[in-house]
Amino acid sequence: MINYLKSGLLSLAAAALLSGAVWAADAIVIKGSTTVLPVAQGTLEAFMKANPGVQMSLSGGGSGEGIKALIDKTTNIATSSRAIKDKEVELARAKGVKPVAHVVAFDAIIPVVHPKNKVNNLTVDQLSQIYQGNITNWKEVGGADLKIVVISRDSSSGTFESWDHFVMRKAKVTPRAQMLASNGALVTAISKNRYAIAYLGIGYVNKTVKALQVNGITASIQAAMSKEYPFSRELYMYTDGEPQGATAKYLAFVKSAEGQKIVAREGFVPLAEVKKTVKKK
Amino acid sequence: MKTSEAAGVRLMRRRYLKQTIFFTLVRASALLIVLALGGVLFHIFYHGISAISWEFITRPPTDSMTKGGILPAILGTIYLTVGAIAVGLPLGIASAIYLTEYAKQGRVIRLIKVGINCLAGVPSVVFGLFGLGFFVIFLGFGSSILSGSLTLGFLILPTIIGAAEEALKGVPQTFREASLSLGVSKWQTIYRIVLPNALPGILTGSILGIGRAAGETAPIMFTAAAYFTAKLPGSIFDEVMALPYHIYVLATAGTHIEATRPIQFGTVLVLVAVVLGIDLVAIVIRGYMRRNKRW
Amino acid sequence: MNRKTKEIFIKYLFLLFALVSIIVLGLIVFSLFREGLPLFSTVAVHDFLFGLEWYPTYDPPSFGIFPLIVGSLIVTAIATLISVPLGVLAAVYISEIAPQRVKEILKSAIELLAGLPSVVLGFFGMVIIAPWLQETFDLPTGLNIINASIILAVMAIPTISSISEDALYAVPREFKEASYALGATKFETIAKVIVPAALSGISTAIMLGMARAIGETMVVLMVAGGAAAIPESLFDSVRPMPASIAAEMGETPFRSAHYQALFATGIVLFLLTLAFNLIADYVSHRFRQTGSATL
Repeated sequence: MINYLKSGLLSLAAAALLSGAVWAADAIVIKGSTTVLPVAQGTLEAFMKANPGVQMSLSGGGSGEGIKALIDKTTNIATSSRAIKDKEVELARAKGVKPVAHVVAFDAIIPVVHPKNKVNNLTVDQLSQIYQGNITNWKEVGGADLKIVVISRDSSSGTFESWDHFVMRKAKVTPRAQMLASNGALVTAISKNRYAIAYLGIGYVNKTVKALQVNGITASIQAAMSKEYPFSRELYMYTDGEPQGATAKYLAFVKSAEGQKIVAREGFVPLAEVKKTVKKK
Repeated sequence: MKTSEAAGVRLMRRRYLKQTIFFTLVRASALLIVLALGGVLFHIFYHGISAISWEFITRPPTDSMTKGGILPAILGTIYLTVGAIAVGLPLGIASAIYLTEYAKQGRVIRLIKVGINCLAGVPSVVFGLFGLGFFVIFLGFGSSILSGSLTLGFLILPTIIGAAEEALKGVPQTFREASLSLGVSKWQTIYRIVLPNALPGILTGSILGIGRAAGETAPIMFTAAAYFTAKLPGSIFDEVMALPYHIYVLATAGTHIEATRPIQFGTVLVLVAVVLGIDLVAIVIRGYMRRNKRW
Repeated sequence: MNRKTKEIFIKYLFLLFALVSIIVLGLIVFSLFREGLPLFSTVAVHDFLFGLEWYPTYDPPSFGIFPLIVGSLIVTAIATLISVPLGVLAAVYISEIAPQRVKEILKSAIELLAGLPSVVLGFFGMVIIAPWLQETFDLPTGLNIINASIILAVMAIPTISSISEDALYAVPREFKEASYALGATKFETIAKVIVPAALSGISTAIMLGMARAIGETMVVLMVAGGAAAIPESLFDSVRPMPASIAAEMGETPFRSAHYQALFATGIVLFLLTLAFNLIADYVSHRFRQTGSATL
């Protein structure tokens, strides 16, 4: 019965498709991390200008969603701010999908507070205690006598997982934390809330928030590169197998000098700088 | 005698005082509701109007959403709404025809009516899950205009059934009797006499459902909506941008939330203008039709 | 096909269309259960419903939705406390007190309020009310229970008021006349005769308003703050069930335990609203006003 219904509806859909719809010759669907979103959108706009024939669409939603879509074959490129997990690779293999990673930029995660907050520096341990809900007042870490409002990214975002990896080390974030949907939302929340603490990708730190030092080290592109600053990570675009056609062309563009200029403009660390630092070493 | 009269007057006064207090409360509640509506509309208009321009409604977004317009979102909402109507309207009218013209009071009718009421009460996010589980995954339509339209179409089905039922019931029984007595079959009577007379009512009633389809967010989040499409959709299997989702994404998950605030307000204003415009038209036409009934 | 078989065929065709609502309801149940039930092979139902920890992405994960249920119930309860008096009083005003012109304007205003898309109200709560609350009362956050409840109340008022109004309108004229003839004031007539006579309709209205509030997604997603803990004050953030589903569904790996847990949360939400709707339906039929004879 269900199969019958299914085939009926499918043929209906097929008819609708044949009657009016036209498949775009070259289509690229990009889905995933909100951290990578500015890079993806910036490069996409530039790429579209040079290749007007390509049909492209871009969605955020989080690294998990991107990879899920790659596995479902509903996207050509999954953007991610974390490496793909073993479980996801397993799922992909089961569906005949071979995820291939392309590193497109580097990023550093930076704890931020309201500009009027007196605190300048926190240790990794203090950050962990704050996020576990064990330190609840700013005066315990040298600030004013104010309650700490913990703000975090949604638990399935890549930024959250990086934070977990660098800071929490499997300890649980307090359930009283506010979970927001994007880096952009965190910036807005922090800039208006003198109680709050949050963490951001370096591309999102601006003058409306105050970046904290971690273990006495100021985050910068250089510090992130030399691994002196502890919270740095790679940003990825995943494809199913080696990219073909328009997708390959787009990825090549992202990694090109022109594409990496956009990466830098959006506040991330371009691949070229990394190569330089590595060479110096 | 005098004292009891005075007591009576006092009692009367107290009774009327209670009434005055009650009436004040009642008027205050009504006023508060109007103020809530007015306040929301005022803020949206006040903050949104500066973003509105010809460019805003005729151009796609550029520069990571911080510039340009919202054309793809407007078109996406139109596609999804038209799709929802294409699904909901015929089904809704046919359901209503059965309920008013064919069915006799009984268990089946009772069951169907309970079913419609329950469907009307299903939360929009559950419709989203249904759309994801059934159309996107089970039938394999993917996240697309097709999946979104079907989900929205079933969402507005109860509204349309209600509107169509009311309109069909409004057609005088004598019309049907006259037709049947001439030997016209029941179906011919419905098709040639009842439906044409009820159609204006059905359409205006359904407009409210259409407004709802245009404004819903949760049902399309997992079934149709994209954050950004560089081009307009080429087929019903493409994802689309949509006004409600655009507002949600820009306000909560955008890359430059503060910088796009004017665009957010502008998009809100466009959505509200579209939805309330549709509703207002329906309300005015309905009032006009009620005053000028032909029978 | 002769005329009679054709007529019968058409009749059953329409019956099929009328059954679509029930079929869709069945498909909703089917999709939710198909994607959600597998969770319970690894997580006990009791741990799911009454577990205090919602850590869906940890290793090992905890899928306790009790804080989410509490979040849903508390915003619904407070929204009900706000919307019931306002909605019912406004209905009384419209049906018993207001002059014709005011009545029409007010009814249209309420209908427009009902037409405002939820994402617009959520946006309003997030961008206008939240900063105002936060600054005025020096709160840690403006995205909290109170804010969400106020907006939900605004969304429930049209449902409560329009259905209550229908119920008040249906109270037979003789009741009022008899009351006035006995010397009762207008207030006494309303409070002791009309409202009690319409009580079943008003209860239905309240149930449906609550169902609307508990299932509303965008408002709680944007305004409730999203903290998955049992709140200690009305200014705390909560994460009602619809918000959790909408926020996390996009990000969870396909068919993972987390994904199943979100569908299972959808089942809980669906059953909860279904219960509200069935109770409303039962009340409105069991205690139906069929005129003066029933009292």
